[in-house]
Amino acid sequence: MKAAIVAIASLVALTGLALLSPQWLVFMAMLALAKGVVVLGLLVLMRTGLVSFGQGLYFGIGAYAAALLSHHLHVADAAVMLLAGAAAAGLVAALLGLLLARYRDIFFAMLSLAFSMILYGVLVKSAALGSTDGFNLHARTFFGVALASGAERRVFLIAGAVCAVVAALLVHRLLGGHWGRLATGVRDNELRVAYLGASPYRVVYVNYLIAGALAGLGGALAALAVGHVDPEMTYWTTSGEFVFIAILGGIQSILAPFVAATIFEALRMIASQYAPNVWQMSLGLAMLTIIMFLPAGLWTLAERRRRSA
Amino acid sequence: MSSILPIAFDGIAYASWLFLISAGLTLIYGVMRILNVAHGSLYALGAYAACSLAGAWLGGGLPAAGSFAMLLLAAVLVGSLVGPLIERGLLQWMYGKDEVVLVLVTYAVFLIMEDVIKLVWGVDSLLLPEPYALPGNFQLGGLPYPVYNVVLIALALATGLALAWALYRTRQGKLLLAVIHDREMSMAMGINVSRVYLATFAVGATLAALGGAFTAPTIAVTPGIGVEVIVLAFAVVVIGGLGSLGGAALGALLVGLVRSATVRYWPEAELFSIYAVMAMVLIARPKGLFAAQEARKI
Repeated sequence: MKAAIVAIASLVALTGLALLSPQWLVFMAMLALAKGVVVLGLLVLMRTGLVSFGQGLYFGIGAYAAALLSHHLHVADAAVMLLAGAAAAGLVAALLGLLLARYRDIFFAMLSLAFSMILYGVLVKSAALGSTDGFNLHARTFFGVALASGAERRVFLIAGAVCAVVAALLVHRLLGGHWGRLATGVRDNELRVAYLGASPYRVVYVNYLIAGALAGLGGALAALAVGHVDPEMTYWTTSGEFVFIAILGGIQSILAPFVAATIFEALRMIASQYAPNVWQMSLGLAMLTIIMFLPAGLWTLAERRRRSA
Repeated sequence: MSSILPIAFDGIAYASWLFLISAGLTLIYGVMRILNVAHGSLYALGAYAACSLAGAWLGGGLPAAGSFAMLLLAAVLVGSLVGPLIERGLLQWMYGKDEVVLVLVTYAVFLIMEDVIKLVWGVDSLLLPEPYALPGNFQLGGLPYPVYNVVLIALALATGLALAWALYRTRQGKLLLAVIHDREMSMAMGINVSRVYLATFAVGATLAALGGAFTAPTIAVTPGIGVEVIVLAFAVVVIGGLGSLGGAALGALLVGLVRSATVRYWPEAELFSIYAVMAMVLIARPKGLFAAQEARKI
């Protein structure tokens, strides 16, 4: 019930934002939303105790799948693009997950990184996909309705908000129930989960699949927001950014990824406006502070206040 | 037949370069259980320091051969100043945290150092062509090859042998192996683990800087060179088995040879080939070729 209220409130707020705010704010909100969706997937994975340093792989697949539709197949419907992004990433995750679900800890992190770097290597060298420059995409319709120029981003933001809220609600349901407790069990003591008759491999596999599909959806959203895709989306620093946002927010709440992604985008914009030479440094310092003093992320602040109140 | 020799030579030269960087990374991981992302910026720092020092040396009209000594000096300076600064100033407060969290800590250090480098040296490329051109070329299979690459190979060999000797033949090295094997027991036996960590990180940092310093003459030193290197070194170290020196050597050789063959026959697949090797090795042997035996504790 509470989740539904929060969901409706966020939808209303985001729709208002999309309709009323200036273009730059719509753009920023859209990027934050896209990254929030990716990090939501990371959160699902992190509940099993695994951190992927290669979500850039699915982020990139989602973005390129969306962009290729308009480029080669002349499908320029935003809704189809979003669906294609999530489906393509989910499909690849279903394949790679068969292998990756066997790994834990740092090996899981490194192997996922290797796969994302393979895609990066392919994209950088493939002239047909624009190599390092990438290429542009154009969404001209949304569910068949033509988009007025200048208003596309506002429409995309509303579409993104609907996607994000639905995804967040589904993840909330999933993690709040039996499956969520299994995932935490895998994180705390895998052997015990196996003894109790559940399959840790299956839990990890399904959560990896969800994380991949969500990252693909986020990638397609980002591609729509920017109107351009390039290999940088699959580079390891992009994946590092996602992990950073996840740590920033903490993994306790479903809202945390979106709040953290918004803070991250705002920080990045302010820093690159006022301190373009040291914005990476500010990011690094913020990261160290959080790891030192708020090991469970910003969300612990909210929790602490609630407890003391 | 005529192409095998150049491919092997290219591959071994590239492997030497990779080994210099990966040896430090694997050493730090082996002893401290930290996969150090900041290794990439230590590499970059070595390259920048080399440009400044050797540039000043050559600019002062001093004998050109001395610039090689400057490259070495740059690496040692970076390693013995910046290495301990990172370990004492930050990392020592983080021991005992999860391995993945430690990756993030060093990633933060990496981000900070990238900007420090830009603030100190600016964003323009630095060039240091002299030490590369100085030793001249030699003929191999009808093609001219730079003698500098031979210097690089010799340096990597010497470094590898020195490390192996220090690890397995000296008292300090044996203490280090004891710490790797069982940290708590070593502390109980009176080994100063904190000092071992400091020394390890300083040596590892020096190796990264050494790789950077000797690469500087062959490239344009620009911001971002550390980003490229770090995942390559990760790949090598993971292929060899985290924490294994011999593994790093074998991993570097494997990656070097595969890369030079790929560059020769299918240049577009260069990056792809390296990570494909890594993925294939990990699929066959999940912990790398020479994974260290886990000590069984009761």
